[in-house]
Amino acid sequence: MSMDLSNTSFLGYRRENGRVGVRNHVILLPVDDLANAACEAVANNIKGTMALPHPYGRLQFGEDLELHFRTLIGTGANPNVAAVVVIGIESGWTERVVNGIAATGKPVTGFGIEQHGDHETIMKASRVAKEYVQMASELRREEASLSELWVSTKCGESDTTSGCGSNPTVGNAFDKMYPHGATLLFGETSEITGGEHLVAERCRSDEVRERFMFMFNRYQDMINRYKTSDLSESQPTKGNIEGGLTTIEEKALGNIQKIGKKCMVDGVLDKAEAPTSPGLWFMDSSSAAAEMVTLCAAAGFVVHFFPTGQGNIIGNPIVPVVKICANPRTMRTMSEHVDVDVSGLLRKEMTPDQAGDALLDSMLKTANGRLTSAEALGHREFVLTRLYESA
Amino acid sequence: MIDFVVHDEGDSVGVVVVEGVMTGDKLTGWIMDQDMEIEFTAASDIPIGHKLAIKPMKTGDTVIKYGVDIGKVVADIGKGEHAHVQNIKTKRW
Repeated sequence: MSMDLSNTSFLGYRRENGRVGVRNHVILLPVDDLANAACEAVANNIKGTMALPHPYGRLQFGEDLELHFRTLIGTGANPNVAAVVVIGIESGWTERVVNGIAATGKPVTGFGIEQHGDHETIMKASRVAKEYVQMASELRREEASLSELWVSTKCGESDTTSGCGSNPTVGNAFDKMYPHGATLLFGETSEITGGEHLVAERCRSDEVRERFMFMFNRYQDMINRYKTSDLSESQPTKGNIEGGLTTIEEKALGNIQKIGKKCMVDGVLDKAEAPTSPGLWFMDSSSAAAEMVTLCAAAGFVVHFFPTGQGNIIGNPIVPVVKICANPRTMRTMSEHVDVDVSGLLRKEMTPDQAGDALLDSMLKTANGRLTSAEALGHREFVLTRLYESA
Repeated sequence: MIDFVVHDEGDSVGVVVVEGVMTGDKLTGWIMDQDMEIEFTAASDIPIGHKLAIKPMKTGDTVIKYGVDIGKVVADIGKGEHAHVQNIKTKRW
């Protein structure tokens, strides 16, 4: 008997723009590498806030710069975030990030370091961060429907058990959520190689299919431009090969088990773009775990399903990452990283429906506030995707 | 007790899902899509998660898993042998 989701609700934080978050973070967001120190100092001063340091933001240009802004603004705008303090080396780009986040209606203030220095900036930003964290601590969770939950997926350190265990578990859960108007997302463009025809068949319309194939071919062109080998040990990774995956085609066929058997692909997004309606979306994205999850967070997703075989331990600063694993050796050696153990699938001790329900149960507990393993262990990987060199 | 799984009965490989499979071990396989069981003898030591050939394959053959092409055979593979990067390569890139 599979889970009936028709009256399922969860308790979340309803934000100014109507979106619902499952966490209530107050973040210090650096526009650039130079502002990391000030952001970390403020996060140290004001308890309950969190800095999101990263190495980029200087001399980027063109599409790469647009993606940088889109990712930072999307991260601040994510409904898991209650309020944001933005700090950059100068005030112009800082203001651009502030204005992008302010469009959601949430509290946001920016500070430029030039002509003030770190000391004055840290003092002023600390005053604002303190107000924000006290304000956020007063907010209460309220009931929200499943259709208000945005869930993304990406797998990592996959092995052959991913394709027959943990990835189909995500697919089973997606198939159950899809008819209830949830907003769902998958991506990992290079990791569809060998199964692109299967994803193309699932596209809702010719227009969606053309857009998907455009994104797929754009990524293939990039790989063909830079490759010096057949990519073995990069894609599939050394860890994938250790786990028994041999070729990109085999890895891709396992990967696309995550979109289930019934969901249609309703739309296609570029990196860090937000969906405009419910359904299953494909986002062009890197297959590197932290890059992809960072892009999902920037696109507005509030819970992430992360199946693993060999044991990828990733988390995200603002989005709870739910780990699913079917490999009995990984469960024996590193179970502290896994939220949903579906290794019983491979012993015929668990049905796909039961595995999907176990994941949905974990998802609802997570949405209601239970910390994931990655959150409890402090995994906060925040990794911005770059398209090319700085100027 | 399931020792290896096969996605589809048309597949040329199965996946070992237990630790410690050694040459000569008698293995029970589960074909998931058709829900059938098959018996097999391991012809190599095969680590958990790695593939065993359930059909003999010659150089140049296409390897089928999930009922789909997953690459080409680059060295002959006998039934029950370990099928991996030493005898299978991608057709892409």
